[in-house]
Amino acid sequence: MDTGAILMLLYVFVLACFAGYQLISKVPPTLHTPLMSGANAISGITILGAMLAARIGPGAPFNASTILGMLAVALASINVVGGFMVTDRMMGMFKSKN
Amino acid sequence: MNFVASSSGPLEWNYIAANFGYLASVVMFMLAIMRMGRVKTARSGNFLAAAAMLLAVVSSFVEMGKINPAFIIAGLVIGGAVGAIMAKRVQMTQMPEMVALLNGFGGLASTLVGLATFYALSGGGNLSMMMIRDGGWFGAINLVLTLIVGSVTFTGSIIAFLKLSEKMSGRPILLPMRHVLNALLLIIPLAMGVAAVWFVSNPILVGLILIGIVLITFVLGVTIVIPIGGGDMPVVISLLNSYSGIAAALAGFTIGEAVLVVSGSLVGASGMILTQIMCKAMNRSLANVMFGGFGAEPAAGGGGGGEYVGVKSADAETAAMIMQDAQNIVIVPGYGMAVAQAQHAVREMAKILEDKGATIRYAVHPVAGRMPGHMNVLLAEANVPYEQLFEMDQINDDFRNVDVVLVIGANDTVNPSAKTDKTSPLFGMPVMNVEEAKTVFTMKRSLGGGFAQVKNTLFECPNNYMVYGDARKTLEEIIKALKEG
Repeated sequence: MDTGAILMLLYVFVLACFAGYQLISKVPPTLHTPLMSGANAISGITILGAMLAARIGPGAPFNASTILGMLAVALASINVVGGFMVTDRMMGMFKSKN
Repeated sequence: MNFVASSSGPLEWNYIAANFGYLASVVMFMLAIMRMGRVKTARSGNFLAAAAMLLAVVSSFVEMGKINPAFIIAGLVIGGAVGAIMAKRVQMTQMPEMVALLNGFGGLASTLVGLATFYALSGGGNLSMMMIRDGGWFGAINLVLTLIVGSVTFTGSIIAFLKLSEKMSGRPILLPMRHVLNALLLIIPLAMGVAAVWFVSNPILVGLILIGIVLITFVLGVTIVIPIGGGDMPVVISLLNSYSGIAAALAGFTIGEAVLVVSGSLVGASGMILTQIMCKAMNRSLANVMFGGFGAEPAAGGGGGGEYVGVKSADAETAAMIMQDAQNIVIVPGYGMAVAQAQHAVREMAKILEDKGATIRYAVHPVAGRMPGHMNVLLAEANVPYEQLFEMDQINDDFRNVDVVLVIGANDTVNPSAKTDKTSPLFGMPVMNVEEAKTVFTMKRSLGGGFAQVKNTLFECPNNYMVYGDARKTLEEIIKALKEG
């Protein structure tokens, strides 16, 4: 990763924080819990890093990284699957009068 | 975009295809979060986010090309199954601890990604080698930060889980010299991180240092959260939510993957916004919530001390009789409603009163319960239409026109001394003006203090009647009386 790539990632980071703040700042209190558990599931995106570590292939022999990666994949999957499903359950309960 | 891969060798088709997949998933995540902010589109937003995650995972497989995915698939299957079972089984009243637990798993996953990345990239070499090959000092520093934030998120969330599920007392636990201790537990791992990045080159030693960092910050997560009481959990849980996002973003910096940076930042931002909203609703700073040890002991003097004088009480039948003739009724739920699992009984009672011609509204304080939006979820579970739920600011000026207010297991959020008594620890916290209604019934097990351990002057108001007992049982008695009446 050269300096240009690092700077590009920093730009991405700053813009994403800004976008996130704008997108979420006006959420009604009714949705606070499901938004939190949905966001929680999204933070399971760390699963991509876990998958990279858990693979076996060219340049990635079986070693400590593989096992740590598998554990990370499992934990992140709990987060992702559990998070989205439970959020769906909650959101499904919000009903209008009609 | 994976900047690590892009710097090595010619571009392959699978690399390009995967990155278009990542780009699409980032856009989908943004749209999803936007939709999750409105009640009507929330569910589809969540579905879109899940689809974006699936696309990102598939793209990652495409990018990795020909590999042996046995360990990846094993992790996906085991984790997915556990997550699905947890999501199916959990009760709505257990939602705060469920969110805390999932959050903790996310944090630990990021920590493990950090450690695994070290072992993968060092490949038996060392961290400085990894620095040269892949991210320079930038990647290495972020690896250390990922370990720290991920570990604090993990153990902090586990403590929050234990407190919320009452496997551990919700009361603050104050260690001696805890501020010094916390500072040391943060400074030492940072110093170890500096050593690992710049000064140590023996790979085994670097590995040990990194594991040491993880273990020390595990302790830090515990010591940060144990002094925080149950009533302040909405802030803690929002903050840990934000940390789990930040940990994912940092992991993204470490492996040079922009999807992680974007999605992690979105979560980090949303957690921060909720944290701010919760602090504002209690008129306290984040520092006060985190380090103040609030609720540890009964407040001295002021609103804290003193016996109750002139408290009136009523039984369920009397409450039923008065509500029967009321036109305009407001229900104010609090944590006690969740503990008693009384939401279905509340709804049943409300329905009978509505059939008798009354207007029912629910007034929800932002920090009622143990997580942001806790009451709303429980009432939704009991089929209360969300149009009947009102925020404090929408309804607070209208309490003077209300015939009957029914307070169910709320305490600090309806304490009028927060408005008048400058010596009260609650002073300045926005509260509901329930005492302005014609009649108030407060359902509570006893006159014991709420989370803040402060005397509630509402109980002494001439128009307030205490209805003692378990909220659900009391409501069932009221329902019975209403049906007979």
